[in-house]
Amino acid sequence: MAEFLNQLLFGRPHWVGYSVAALVHCVLYFHVVAVGALLFIWMERKIAGRIQDRLGPTRVGGKFGWLQTLADGIKLIAKEDVTPTGADRMLFKAAPYVSFAASFAAYLALPFSNGWVGQNINVAVFFVIAVMGLEVFGVILAGYASGSKWSLFGGMREAAQVVSYEVPVGLCVMIPVLLCGTMNMVTIGNMQAGWFTNWLVFHDPFTFIVFWVYFTCATASVNRAPFDLAEAESELVAGFHTEYSGLRWSFFFMAEYGSMFTVSGLAAVLFFGGWNGPVPIFDILGWSYTPDELASGTFRVTGYLANLAGCLNFMFKALVGVTVMMWIRWSLPRLRIDQVMATCLKYCVPIAAVCFAGTVLWQYGFFVTDKPLPSLNNLIPAAPRATVREAWTIAVTKPESSAPTTSEPTPAGPEAEKQQGQTQVERGAVKEAAQTGAKVTDPAASTEGAKGERLGKVVAR
Amino acid sequence: MTMFAPSLLAALDWHTFLFLLFALLACGFAAAVVFTSNVVRMAFYLTLSLSSTAGLFFLADAEFVGAMQFMIYVGGTLVLLIFGVMLTAQSRFVQMKTNAGEWVLAAIVGSALLVLLARTALMNPDWRNPREDRNQVAVVESQTATAIGQALTGVRTDRLDASDSTLAGGMSGYLLPFEIASVHLLVVLIGAGYLARAKRRAASSSETSA
Repeated sequence: MAEFLNQLLFGRPHWVGYSVAALVHCVLYFHVVAVGALLFIWMERKIAGRIQDRLGPTRVGGKFGWLQTLADGIKLIAKEDVTPTGADRMLFKAAPYVSFAASFAAYLALPFSNGWVGQNINVAVFFVIAVMGLEVFGVILAGYASGSKWSLFGGMREAAQVVSYEVPVGLCVMIPVLLCGTMNMVTIGNMQAGWFTNWLVFHDPFTFIVFWVYFTCATASVNRAPFDLAEAESELVAGFHTEYSGLRWSFFFMAEYGSMFTVSGLAAVLFFGGWNGPVPIFDILGWSYTPDELASGTFRVTGYLANLAGCLNFMFKALVGVTVMMWIRWSLPRLRIDQVMATCLKYCVPIAAVCFAGTVLWQYGFFVTDKPLPSLNNLIPAAPRATVREAWTIAVTKPESSAPTTSEPTPAGPEAEKQQGQTQVERGAVKEAAQTGAKVTDPAASTEGAKGERLGKVVAR
Repeated sequence: MTMFAPSLLAALDWHTFLFLLFALLACGFAAAVVFTSNVVRMAFYLTLSLSSTAGLFFLADAEFVGAMQFMIYVGGTLVLLIFGVMLTAQSRFVQMKTNAGEWVLAAIVGSALLVLLARTALMNPDWRNPREDRNQVAVVESQTATAIGQALTGVRTDRLDASDSTLAGGMSGYLLPFEIASVHLLVVLIGAGYLARAKRRAASSSETSA
């Protein structure tokens, strides 16, 4: 997009094009969180209503109460912004932003479609998990800084809960990473291209189990009922946000709904094929971008449409995850703190660990057979896993003559050699893949991307 | 938009700008940690300082180290710190009062460390001045952290075609130090669990006897 704007306006690379492109994307991402929260709160009301045999909002904005959340928003803006006397003013005011910023930053690495990702980080899964873990910091700060016992109790519970649940979440996330051999979410998504049988949740029984463990732990780590001990209306008034009002309060909720979408999106990418639909319509039509096209950054209307449909697919899957979380919230009673800890440490961690070992052993046929045990993934072979390599979507740009990669700074020297070795290893894999008759992009070519090219290259197309 | 703005912005090196921004944030908040007397605020400033350091790593395309910085330092350490402060600290630790002697001692220790580090950094000839060919330096695309992971499990992919057969066979990997570290951590974990358990038993038995 930046290139397009620059061509249109100036005919050469110019900062205006890059800034506008960056701004548009920032606003788009922001809308996923902010407008998403509007939608989710409305959904939450409707779903809660239906589950409790009520209608939910019906009047505001016409037929289905569409604009209920907007009315809520206006109410929140109009509310008085109160800071308690005993509060640590600076921390009290900063806490909602910390929460929201952590939740929002996770979107940086979340791919919405094949190559549609803010920053194609090669350790994207790890990055998302790490950044999501920071959201709790805002909650703890809020609990401490409010100067209220209710808030402090809420904050402490949240801290204990989130710190424990990071362990099983990490274990669960490791399993798709293990199967794909990469933490790049775009690559993980591409490895599941093809029919729905190619999704990793159907890889073997262990991955199927581990998805449910992941979903349970993710629900707990975003502090949703039945794990919403930090808020626990019936015990702690409102927990960590007891003393908050107006927009500051709503920041916590935008963060919560943003995180719900992130963990559901992560589940969609890791277990449910991300942007790949159950039936590969666009692959059959030949509309989807080929790896070569993605690597060279060519633009095709049909490819764009295929990606758009992929984005809708991803959104749908993530929305299903969010809906299930709401459904759980209004169906199950809240757990006690000891039950929360027992669920995590006595059930989730062992099950995840056993599934981890099971998935590994499945590849070795449990040492009974020499071959990997049969997997549903091989039922309808669509895209052999081996043909997908890391950094599919990073645009290959030959360095300019003024910037030869040979003149790297000294610390980067050994690193480059290491990558050279890596390339040779990957070429071995490429040879294997070539036997299946598939085309593979040369990973060596993309290592030469010049400085500055990586910034928003993928998304700014 | 004024007329000079485009040329000014075009002249600005964004990489340098962001580097300076993150570096300033990191140093500023690190100084704030030192000069604050409230422990929880210190923790807050420390998070911001460490996050800015993670920003520096991301700027250098070291995404794995950056995410690691978030996970271990910002996430783990600070949650632990807050646990310690919020659960156990008495009011005299929450608001720290430092007297003059402590200031002098801290200044001596701190400045000694600073001199040591600065001297070590300046001893590297590459860091003393900007490189002459700095305009031709390109950032290497960091393709993958797989090589690091494989080295940790014993396979150095960069040594596979080494002439020495023991090196090529994976003996140059980091499996042993990695295992030693993990066994260490496990021992610490079990030890901590044991200590916590023993204390609770003693407390409950004294309660029953009293």
